[in-house]
Amino acid sequence: MTSAINIKPATADLANLPVLEISNLAVAYRSHEGYQRVVHEVSLLVRPGEVVALVGESGSGKTTTAQAVIGLLAENGRLESGVVRLNGTDIPSWSQKQLDTIRGRKISLIPQDPTSSLNPVKTIGDQVAEVLQIHRQGGRAEIEARVIELLTRVGLSQPELRVRQYPHELSGGMRQRVLIAIAVALRPALIIADEPTSALDVTVQKRILDLIDELRREYGTAVLLVTHDLGVAADRANHIVVLKGGRIQEQGPTADVLASPRSEYTRKLLADAPSLGKTRAARARPLRIGGGDNAIVVENLVQDFPVGTRRDVFRAVDGVSFTVQRGTTHAIVGESGSGKTTTARSIVGFQKPTSGRILVDGIDVTTLRGESLRRFRKTVQLVYQNPFASLDPRQTVFQIVEEPLLNFDPLPREDRARKVHAILDRVGLPQSALARKPHALSGGQRQRVAIARALVLDPKVLVLDEAVSALDVTVQAQILALLDELQQALGLTYLFISHDLAVVRQISDTVSVLHNGRQVDSGHVEDVFLRPGSAYTRELISAIPGQLNANQH
Amino acid sequence: MTGLNTIGRSLLRDDADLLESASPKSERASSAAKWLNAGRYIQPGLVLAWFVMAVVVLWALFPQWFTSYSATVGVARQQLRPPSAEHWLGTDALGRDLLARIIYGAGNSLSGALVAVGVGLLVGTILGIVAGSARGRIDGAIMRGVDVLLSIPQLLLSLSIVILLGFGTVNAAIAVGITSIASFARLARSEVVRVRASDYVEAAFGSGGTFSRVLLRHILPNSLTSVIAFAALQLGWAILTISTLGFLGYGAPPPTPEWGLLIAEGRNYLARAWWLTTVPGVVVILVVLSANRISHSFGKART
Repeated sequence: MTSAINIKPATADLANLPVLEISNLAVAYRSHEGYQRVVHEVSLLVRPGEVVALVGESGSGKTTTAQAVIGLLAENGRLESGVVRLNGTDIPSWSQKQLDTIRGRKISLIPQDPTSSLNPVKTIGDQVAEVLQIHRQGGRAEIEARVIELLTRVGLSQPELRVRQYPHELSGGMRQRVLIAIAVALRPALIIADEPTSALDVTVQKRILDLIDELRREYGTAVLLVTHDLGVAADRANHIVVLKGGRIQEQGPTADVLASPRSEYTRKLLADAPSLGKTRAARARPLRIGGGDNAIVVENLVQDFPVGTRRDVFRAVDGVSFTVQRGTTHAIVGESGSGKTTTARSIVGFQKPTSGRILVDGIDVTTLRGESLRRFRKTVQLVYQNPFASLDPRQTVFQIVEEPLLNFDPLPREDRARKVHAILDRVGLPQSALARKPHALSGGQRQRVAIARALVLDPKVLVLDEAVSALDVTVQAQILALLDELQQALGLTYLFISHDLAVVRQISDTVSVLHNGRQVDSGHVEDVFLRPGSAYTRELISAIPGQLNANQH
Repeated sequence: MTGLNTIGRSLLRDDADLLESASPKSERASSAAKWLNAGRYIQPGLVLAWFVMAVVVLWALFPQWFTSYSATVGVARQQLRPPSAEHWLGTDALGRDLLARIIYGAGNSLSGALVAVGVGLLVGTILGIVAGSARGRIDGAIMRGVDVLLSIPQLLLSLSIVILLGFGTVNAAIAVGITSIASFARLARSEVVRVRASDYVEAAFGSGGTFSRVLLRHILPNSLTSVIAFAALQLGWAILTISTLGFLGYGAPPPTPEWGLLIAEGRNYLARAWWLTTVPGVVVILVVLSANRISHSFGKART
């Protein structure tokens, strides 16, 4: 161990000297109404070599707490009270200049978004070398050798090539590895990982988390892991701190928190988190096998996109076929780039497939054009992933939900109003929301509005494109419950596009697994999950977080 | 052109609808709260800008409230007097009160600027919207035409147009307006293209909306905000350009009191009566700066 901080395996006496000690931390942000406190009396300890997870939903103050530790609060943020001790030294009183001497060296950060956290005009090598240069770690040749060594260590192939490449030439997972290389370059005593894998696909997420784990074991570094995903926390942390509204709900060893949560909120989080343990057992109505009543039939769907100026084409979807029975839910699962959204958009009629046949409610979508395509829109509706982008910011909720009605056979004003009110009740929104505009609603409420807009035309098929991925787990659970209830009541057929296998297992009856545009697995959810037919499906299933500790209790 | 006109008219009607559609009470309450909050953060520059604009607009509407002198008839034996209690800003070579000429000139300069911005806003925005929403060949044709407009130096273009149309205040304003069509068209097109790519526009098509309906309900209202902010910015630029044309003798013919013309006329007496050029120049600068400041505040309110 040559690093500045001497870390030995945790022994009894060293356990008393935590790497990080936060006590009674309070942080406030300045707004028009003055300072508003967003973190209240947060106290926690991180011991050497330990992983402590800060778990909470958006707005719970988890990121603010992490930023306060490293002195990177937003400009309008202020540390109101409390002590942050790093290796026993109180650091909030330090100037930015003093903090610079420990950032990177004793404490480092793995940021959330690998796409925006690397400088696009500098090479990978330069960016990794920067942290070494700032802290004067030897001459040019020495640093160059060290950069290659680091990139090799974080598992990048061809490190000699990578140092000369720019961020846009690397995939998301590779960029996150580069950020990790920068964070561990000086073997800090503490790494703050702020949602290090939220932007990544599930199989990549597993590899990145494994890497962090490995490095932690090797270097004895402590990790403060900020995450919204209880599954990730359960797999990786020794100690869990649950935050809500800037207050600690409970904290304790991972096994204890998961096995016997003391606070109401933790129990709710645990119940709402989708996990492999939950299946669609509540189904009263058994699936009719081989029934001819199919709402969606897709046969040999192929979709090419032109690439560049020459006649090259990129095949986004390659021979996908499946059928969906009326009143059931079919899921299309895959990682980014697997062709799942392209498939969905073809079914809704937003693009013409290169070849293949799509029947929705008996209508061949691929032959529709102009007015007949417009009429067809009554049959199938799409709900988008991001409810912040799919609602017109200038319309009120009433206008948004009413609009589809105006596009078809004219209805008197009172009838339209009555329909809008009814559908709003149906999706569980208060009538007072009618006059509001989207910016005055929460993410979950907006998604309810989007569902209401989709349902107001009484469609037969609802295509949900990652419709719950942008939501917090508790909100996600509510929306999933709502979708289930609507399906029972209205006999809807769902096509559920998702990257999240745990959610898929919970909501769908049948599933298609896509990989690079090809369908690698399909069938009933239980069959696919219990007896996956392809290696890729097996890998996907094993990458779902929340399984590592599941066997222990 | 009739097709474009109907789009333009329905464009305006739609905007009026938006303004009329009574914002619900909660919205109103929150906007009242916003105003109260804004009160705590008064920006002196913005207040000053609005004050300058208000004064100039009043000058243009009711010049007789501010001065008892005539703007066109000189007083004998009062030529080239320095500023005094009688003539606050002195008199020019024909014995006309300079303050009166500036005050009466506000009408000419402002209405000219409004006509110029109006021409640019209307024609440019319509072209941009058509190009941005039709795409394909129509887009290409319109935008290459706009590129041609952009490639000719603006002053040269407006001078040529004035020569074609004939001299006069309105013609100068139209000429200035035509030179700004290109920038309006480009801005409007880029906004329309941005809004068209958004999820809510696709969702509107997905719920069975026809092209014209989606255009009127979603694309126009969401893309016009920055065009309006740009129009406020162009107002200052138009005043400056019309003054330039007036200075070069391509604008209003003498003895019309017009700011650019005032500066041009005073130029001959720069050594003896510097205020004849300086004061109208300062007025133009103040108005242009104020227009820019106000436009900036519009742009900020949008984000």
